[in-house]
Amino acid sequence: MTGRRPAWPAIVELLAGAVFALGLAVSGMTQPAKVVGFLDFFGSWDPSLAFVMLGAVAVYALAYWRGARRMGKPLFAERFSLPTRSKVDAPLVAGAGIFGIGWGLSGFCPGPGLVAFGAGARTAWWFVPAAVAGMLLQQLAARDPARGDG
Amino acid sequence: MTAAFTPVRSLLGGALIGISAATLLLGPGRIAGITGILGGALRARAGDLAWRLWFLLGLVGGGVVLGRVWPATFQGQLARSGLWFAAAGLLVGFGTRLGNGCTSGHGVCGVGRLSPRSLLATAVFILTGAITVFVVRHLLGGPA
Repeated sequence: MTGRRPAWPAIVELLAGAVFALGLAVSGMTQPAKVVGFLDFFGSWDPSLAFVMLGAVAVYALAYWRGARRMGKPLFAERFSLPTRSKVDAPLVAGAGIFGIGWGLSGFCPGPGLVAFGAGARTAWWFVPAAVAGMLLQQLAARDPARGDG
Repeated sequence: MTAAFTPVRSLLGGALIGISAATLLLGPGRIAGITGILGGALRARAGDLAWRLWFLLGLVGGGVVLGRVWPATFQGQLARSGLWFAAAGLLVGFGTRLGNGCTSGHGVCGVGRLSPRSLLATAVFILTGAITVFVVRHLLGGPA
């Protein structure tokens, strides 16, 4: 966005967001009952979420290992902005653990939450502003915000 | 409420998510992690904002359109109070930023790149999610 950014990357990024939303809807992940059904290993377990991850990871791994790793730079930028850290640390584990609790309570993670927010789901109208507040709270608490894995 | 197992739809929808994430990787060269994209947009830096906002506009705008043309895809909302979802949202927002990612950034992109951090994070949030659902559904006997 440094002045002369052409229009078409913006269109591609907009479409990527829309395809993400469509993928969540097609896969059933905009239905919190299916997410909770996956997490309910001791009830009537619904393995659908594992198939969503399988489909997404298969396509993404192909793009990464056969595409990005062989390109000098991405199409719209001077370099790839990918996480470089590989060490496991306490904030990673604590953060993932806290996230999982909220995920299990609501059936929402950030992506489906935002899509349901757009669709006008009452539950997401509570969830999304609170999630944004939680993010801001964490960013305030961390004086030196860590670079993200995603 | 029991949701039916949908292997084919879920696999196809997952592939669409993969295509979207691959597009962000090969285009702007970014990780398609919703947490990272939204969190970064909240901490706006010049030159780093546009791609985030376009993607988020597509994601939320996609929800607006889907809510009108395919409302059935938003059934299965949990019967809980607003405060319940607000509390869950706080935990999700705080936890995903602290752990640098959620189901998309760690679960799809990180796992696809075979990142050790993401593989561990994904195992941890599925584990604590499963424990939470076990406690709420089977120990407390809640509706969800």
